[in-house]
Amino acid sequence: MPLEVQIVKKLRDFALDATFVAGDAPLGILGPSGAGKTMLLRCIAGLDRPDRGRITLNGVALYDAEREIQVPARRRRVAMFFQHYALFPHRTVEENVAFGMRHLPREDRAKRVAALLDRAHAAELAKCYPRALSGGEQQRVAIARALAIEPEVLLLDEPLSALDTHLRSQVEAHLQETFAAYRRPALLVTHNIEEAYRLGEQLLVLSRGRVAASGEKEGIFRHPPSLEVARITGCKNFSRARAIGEGLVEALDWGCRLRVAQPLTRPPAYVGIRAHHIDFSESPAAGGAQENVFPCWVVRVSETPFRVTLYLRLHQPQAQPREAAAEPAAHHLQAEVFKEKWRLFRERPFPWHARLSPDSLFLLSE
Amino acid sequence: MVPNDWSPLWISLATSVTATVLTLAAGLAAAAWRERRAGPAMALVDGIFLLPLVLPPSVVGFLLLLLFGRRGPLGRLLLHFGMTVVFSWPATVIAAAVVAFPLMYLTARAALEQVDPAFLEAARTLGASEWRVFREVALPLAWPGVLAGTILSFARSLGEFGATLMLAGNIPGKTATIPIAIYFAVESDDLPRAMAWCAMDVAISLVLLGGLYHWTRAQSRTAARGAGR
Repeated sequence: MPLEVQIVKKLRDFALDATFVAGDAPLGILGPSGAGKTMLLRCIAGLDRPDRGRITLNGVALYDAEREIQVPARRRRVAMFFQHYALFPHRTVEENVAFGMRHLPREDRAKRVAALLDRAHAAELAKCYPRALSGGEQQRVAIARALAIEPEVLLLDEPLSALDTHLRSQVEAHLQETFAAYRRPALLVTHNIEEAYRLGEQLLVLSRGRVAASGEKEGIFRHPPSLEVARITGCKNFSRARAIGEGLVEALDWGCRLRVAQPLTRPPAYVGIRAHHIDFSESPAAGGAQENVFPCWVVRVSETPFRVTLYLRLHQPQAQPREAAAEPAAHHLQAEVFKEKWRLFRERPFPWHARLSPDSLFLLSE
Repeated sequence: MVPNDWSPLWISLATSVTATVLTLAAGLAAAAWRERRAGPAMALVDGIFLLPLVLPPSVVGFLLLLLFGRRGPLGRLLLHFGMTVVFSWPATVIAAAVVAFPLMYLTARAALEQVDPAFLEAARTLGASEWRVFREVALPLAWPGVLAGTILSFARSLGEFGATLMLAGNIPGKTATIPIAIYFAVESDDLPRAMAWCAMDVAISLVLLGGLYHWTRAQSRTAARGAGR
């Protein structure tokens, strides 16, 4: 594998202790703020020094504690893309892009700068100063500048977080284009679940300095290996669980029995389901409850322009108003549905019927 | 009213310019060196660097006299090469530079510290050596502050009196700068002469401030040009 990382570095509240390899495909690094993501990138770039371990790139050590190797940042050919781009404000766009090409003869430099700016759809900005550029333009120029050193690794620290929502998709498309042409290790740090999923091919989940999960993104989202990873990947619904039979668990917090499709390899500690996987079915067929279908009452509703989050209570309506005033309305589940769908059944009388499909439920061991 | 001996003007200007150039180099080097370090020892270093700002100039002058005098460590070393500093023109430069140094050091450090480290780190990942990072990124971005420090240092050098008198004395045509010429003119009751040199000092200061004003305006115009497309 081109990039192999195995490092330990003491941070203020915990230690960054990360071991992983990155191939020639973009790797999304997902984690909450303060999980050590930025420090991980800084260690790879050579801007900070780990306490222990080793970083090798194509078999060559960039850092090796035992052999006391710490290749300085300028000799690593590891391009770092900073959160706020860090374009040199006193230099024009073309001077910024040319900064890393000092070793090239002048004519080649001009040619390469032109080619890079062309590829970044920024040729007409060559003579501008960074402050005259929009966020999206700065971002494209910063990528062109990073690629100018023909880096062996591309590191991106929250590349989209400084942009307005309407610019993001545009810039994201440019990033995808860049990754497609680049085909070398690219590490993309973000706390945004969707960004990590869309831009990364592989995924690494970092939590308090440790690698909580890594591998194919579909797998991690479908069957998170732990409660922590499920939370970080955006899952909202959990219940303590106990196995009670073949493909059957008891959800202690939800007060119900659930059929699950996932085989029980280890005794489960929790069962979870993603908010958008909860279905609402018509009243159960007369003559008995369907499997995994439960009567529910809505205790709270939270709307976004296109979707709505329903906070559900299972089995019985909300406690009496007097008690409810004493403590916030307790809900068992959060369901997320498109508004179009919600409009179809919002007027129906309670109880509604929530269906937790066996395929959507996942089990988490301790 | 016009003084028939112009030497204090030339001595003052030559001294201030030379002292400012030295201070600029030393202050920048000290600030850049200090910026990368931390620790309790650095408090002591800062103390020493700032001492000339806090001590009365006469004390600074006296300490310099001890250092450069015939029996002082530097004085004896220089004597080996056949040089005496005390009561010579270089002494005016040394006194002015030492007194102006803290101003340069302080402003340069503040200016370098406010440069966003991301710019320096970006330059490093793009393959720049530490020297190139300093010269092509840190210094240009800190330049307005550094320039302000340079002007402060020049003004301080131009007004230097106490330490200069201690180390360089009053040798007309050699070490007598404008402030010293004024002092001795008043001393010998030559008020018109004192007044003329005072007027000269005011004129120099006004030219300096006017230049600074125009320079800052030109700067903001360049900045505005950079912002337009």
